[in-house]
Amino acid sequence: MAEQDKKVCAIECRKITKVFGQVVANDGIDLKVQYGEILALLGENGSGKTTLMNMLSGIYHPDSGQIFIGGKEVKINSPVDAMGLGIGMIHQHFKLVEAFQAMDNIILGVKGKKEKGKVTGEKIRAISHAYGLEIEPEKYVCDMSVSEKQTVEILKVLYRGAQILILDEPTAVLTPQETEKLFEILRKMKDKGCAIIIITHKLQEVLSISDRVTILRKGKSVGTVRTADCDARKLTELMVGRPVSLEIQRPPVKNCETILKVVDLTVDKADGSRAIDDISFDIRRGEILGVAGVAGSGQKELCEAIAGLLHACKGAILFNKENLLGKTPSEIIEKGVSMSFVPEDRLGMGLVASMGMTDNMLLKSYHKGKGPFIRRKPAGELAKRLIEKLAIATPGPETPVRLLSGGNVQKVLLGREIESSPSVLITAYPVRGLDINSSYTVYDLLNEQKSKNVAVMYIGEDLDVLLELSDRIMVLCHGKITGIVDAAKTTKEEIGMMMTGGHKAAVSE
Amino acid sequence: MDIIIKFLVAAVGAGTPLLFGTVGEILTEKTGHLNLGVEGMMAIGACIGFMAGYYTDNFLIAILAGAAAGALAALIYAVLTVTFMANQNVTGLTLTIFGIGFANFIGIFVLSKSPEGTLKLPEGITAVMRGGALPGLGGLPILGELLFSYSPFVYIGIMIALVGGWYLNKTKAGLNLKAVGENPGAADAAGIKVTRVKYLNIILGGAICGIGGVYCSMIINGGVWISNNVGGLGWIAVALVIFANWQPSAAILGSFVFGALRVLKYYIPQSILPFPVAFYDMLPFLMTALVLVASSMRKSGRINLPAALGLNYFREER
Amino acid sequence: MKTVENTSNEPLVRVVKRSELPYGKTVLLRLAAVILSLAAGGIFIACVGQNPFVIYKTILSGACRSVMAFQGTVKIMIPLLISSLGVTLAFKMKFWNIGAEGQIIFGATCATFFALFCSGWNHVVLVAVMFLAGIIGGGLWGLLPAFFKVKYHTNETLFTLMLNYIALHLVSYLRDGPWMDPGSQGFPKIARFDKNASLDKVLGIQFGWLIALALVAGVYIYIRYTKQGYEISVVGESQDTARYAGMNVRKIVLRTMFFSGGICGMAGMIQATGSDITLTASVAGGVGFTAIIVAWLAQLNPVSILIVSFLFSVLEKGSSVVQSDFGLSTDCADVLQGIILFFILGCEFFVRYKFQRAKSASKKQTQ
Repeated sequence: MAEQDKKVCAIECRKITKVFGQVVANDGIDLKVQYGEILALLGENGSGKTTLMNMLSGIYHPDSGQIFIGGKEVKINSPVDAMGLGIGMIHQHFKLVEAFQAMDNIILGVKGKKEKGKVTGEKIRAISHAYGLEIEPEKYVCDMSVSEKQTVEILKVLYRGAQILILDEPTAVLTPQETEKLFEILRKMKDKGCAIIIITHKLQEVLSISDRVTILRKGKSVGTVRTADCDARKLTELMVGRPVSLEIQRPPVKNCETILKVVDLTVDKADGSRAIDDISFDIRRGEILGVAGVAGSGQKELCEAIAGLLHACKGAILFNKENLLGKTPSEIIEKGVSMSFVPEDRLGMGLVASMGMTDNMLLKSYHKGKGPFIRRKPAGELAKRLIEKLAIATPGPETPVRLLSGGNVQKVLLGREIESSPSVLITAYPVRGLDINSSYTVYDLLNEQKSKNVAVMYIGEDLDVLLELSDRIMVLCHGKITGIVDAAKTTKEEIGMMMTGGHKAAVSE
Repeated sequence: MDIIIKFLVAAVGAGTPLLFGTVGEILTEKTGHLNLGVEGMMAIGACIGFMAGYYTDNFLIAILAGAAAGALAALIYAVLTVTFMANQNVTGLTLTIFGIGFANFIGIFVLSKSPEGTLKLPEGITAVMRGGALPGLGGLPILGELLFSYSPFVYIGIMIALVGGWYLNKTKAGLNLKAVGENPGAADAAGIKVTRVKYLNIILGGAICGIGGVYCSMIINGGVWISNNVGGLGWIAVALVIFANWQPSAAILGSFVFGALRVLKYYIPQSILPFPVAFYDMLPFLMTALVLVASSMRKSGRINLPAALGLNYFREER
Repeated sequence: MKTVENTSNEPLVRVVKRSELPYGKTVLLRLAAVILSLAAGGIFIACVGQNPFVIYKTILSGACRSVMAFQGTVKIMIPLLISSLGVTLAFKMKFWNIGAEGQIIFGATCATFFALFCSGWNHVVLVAVMFLAGIIGGGLWGLLPAFFKVKYHTNETLFTLMLNYIALHLVSYLRDGPWMDPGSQGFPKIARFDKNASLDKVLGIQFGWLIALALVAGVYIYIRYTKQGYEISVVGESQDTARYAGMNVRKIVLRTMFFSGGICGMAGMIQATGSDITLTASVAGGVGFTAIIVAWLAQLNPVSILIVSFLFSVLEKGSSVVQSDFGLSTDCADVLQGIILFFILGCEFFVRYKFQRAKSASKKQTQ
């Protein structure tokens, strides 16, 4: 007991509960972090990790439960309160002013008079030196790489004297080298007595960085374990709750005819950096080709290049031996390449948010038919048919789609794409943000397409799903293909290894 | 030589109302709000400032009244766009139509009550606002006329622009303001009170525009009230913001250049450049259009356009 | 480690998004806003020492009390209605065309060329040519900012605005110089058009009102039922979506702005040849700006635009009667228009959001 009293917890959460409408996001969660410790918060998408952390950083308010910081009970009403308590959160999407220098971002919102740039710069250099961070305070954020921006975010927190750091999926956008560098910094901060919580769903990272792991599942804490006593399998079991089996069907591939062939494709992003670097692969009729990779490895650009939205620098995309490059999106749509591209939000690109289902059905087919007038009738019928077939919950086909839930929006989008009877269907993150039931509807829809001899490309983030659903899995890393494997014969570890390029050492650790 | 000095002096005078409008709009736009109501705020400031001067014969009160009126007009805009998240373009435009209508209406209303049939500022205030040579310094050759012979408005305007530049670039409040205009989400996360910053600066900007309006009603027509006395200057100010690259100090130069364009027709003899008068009237607007195109063609270089300009901020929509 | 008392600095009122209001309620809300704005306008009128009820009544009766008065109201409405329909096309695409004023002027200018110099032509041919000239002139004046917008992302709001003044001074140039009426003894004005070059009357009003009504139907059908109208809506909503759907965004922007400017140009032509029977610098006279308010108040719906522009014309015509009866200037109409739109803009907020008192949330916390 005496031992425990001396060691005051940096953060202690008792029975935290948060309900959003019908969904219990956090259900009586307990959590403890000590100073000088790194705690990993592990859980699948939607298990409540980010909700819990948002309560610690003052963005949400818990419905019930207590939070103790440094042994005292506190109420955190805003990010400012959290800062005052020494809690700093590093969001997955950086909160930086691009047009400012690093140092102006760092001192932003800190009370007190503005000092000369040199003085501030020196202070920042001193802090970064103490933690082994590399930074040029005078550099503008818009000129920085992703990992430099993250360094600025970390410094922002340290400059305010935070002793408790929360990092929300910090590695999602980093290369393996950058990740390793970040971990070095975190270890240094730990040695200086900081308490660190890192949110992730990557097992290897948990094992390599954390001291203890708290695992969340469906909004509940299922336990906290010492990392040293654990291995990947045990963590997976805790996270998923049962030996992994998602039981997604995978009907065998009937046909092997190649329909789309990508040869030596190179694509640049709008800012001039390389997104896709000289890749070649093919998609066959009646198969699902899974695409795995760390977020931002070029998936988006690959999709857009195939759909004709992005100009390729070189290479060829052969559809039935005809090159699609240089064709306009509408010409490509004519040929039967259909894309249900799901970027951050489905409503920003695939659908028109303020229009009803009927008008959204028209989006790719409105120009068909003669005359200047649009034909709404067939679209309305199609909308009604989809509502029935896919059990879309909507007040009616004229209700703006932005009012529908995420799952229903996806059904509208996918339904429309499938109804155009494509021969190639490209789906990017089709289950992102969906609940389990809607996700299964999507898997079933994709399998149905597969059985109709459609070539399906499935870009996913959940490796378990990729392994169960796909026939082959192509792994992208920094715009390059690191391997195309038979999904039935590969393992999660093998794919994880390829996703991070050549970093085998981290995996075998 | 003499005519050149006269021309420059006239250019400074003609550029001064633009300077107020431009600096006011720079502060507003730095919050991320494009207020197309400059013309309207200036008109309201012109009207109220003139009336205050007319009745009190006090220059300071006139200026303060004009500033307060501009600030109130800006408050309408701020309530609608910041709190009620209304469309900024339409709100600003409405403010302009409302402001001009209001100013003309009040002007004609007061005029109808006046026994002389005109509204002319009393002597005391006209003497102050004309300015004229400063004692001592004003007597210097060339420099005296070029630097120290103006109406107090000119010095107030230059001072506001300089202080505005210092505020924007050297103070913490200025840094917060810029952060709000660039990325309100980031500013919010850093603990800056976004709504308060927006309100304060939009209102401050409106007050500055209001003073510019007072110049229009009191100086341009020699102290006699006429309708539509702002006459499109507010719109040029909106465009000058781009020309000045959102820097108040650059606005000084920009305003005087555009002031020079406005008075050019009086100083270039027809025998040298036989352009019609309408062409000179068109010149500031034509130049602004060209500047707009040129500045949008320029891809490189750091443009100070606030990244969140025109977008309303709602915290829970991140 | 300092601890902070953080119990009391939560804001009292929070803004929260609400699920969309049913249609009936939004109509009620807007109606309430209009009533409130009339009340605010009433206070303004009372402040200048008039009885607001009497003034409002005079406005209504002044605009409709006789056939002549009503004809006057319609005459005001014609250019307003047409240019509101014009800017609607651009606004639907979220292209902030506030250059209707300039497009009206330039359209009128182009038409005037034929009215002045080809007045001997066959009447029908001449009128048709003038219509075309008005449309093409206004269209080109609208195409210019659109071109720079798609090519260099030039801010269209400011650019269209500058074009207003450029067009205005162009007319004063023509008036003072090449097109000056030789019979005016040096007074700068453009000659009155030949009868052959002016529009015919139908029911005592120039036939522009028929065209305006036809345009209401035309624009309604164009936006709702044609492929191009559909494209405009999609581009306005999201250019990414439009590109994804295979639309040529540039082409659509250019085409729509040509139509938008063209319709405004037609309004200018009709005003010059039908009402003014000459070209003056005030041929647009602020109509281009009021049109924006009308289009916005009507939520870009052509049928509502017809109603709103009629009401605005009543306000305009009525306030001229107020001027002669009570000595209040016609600028009163602008003030009232402004107030009405302020209230409508404010009320749109309540369609999407609501204020919530924070107490309920903090109560839950302490339970």
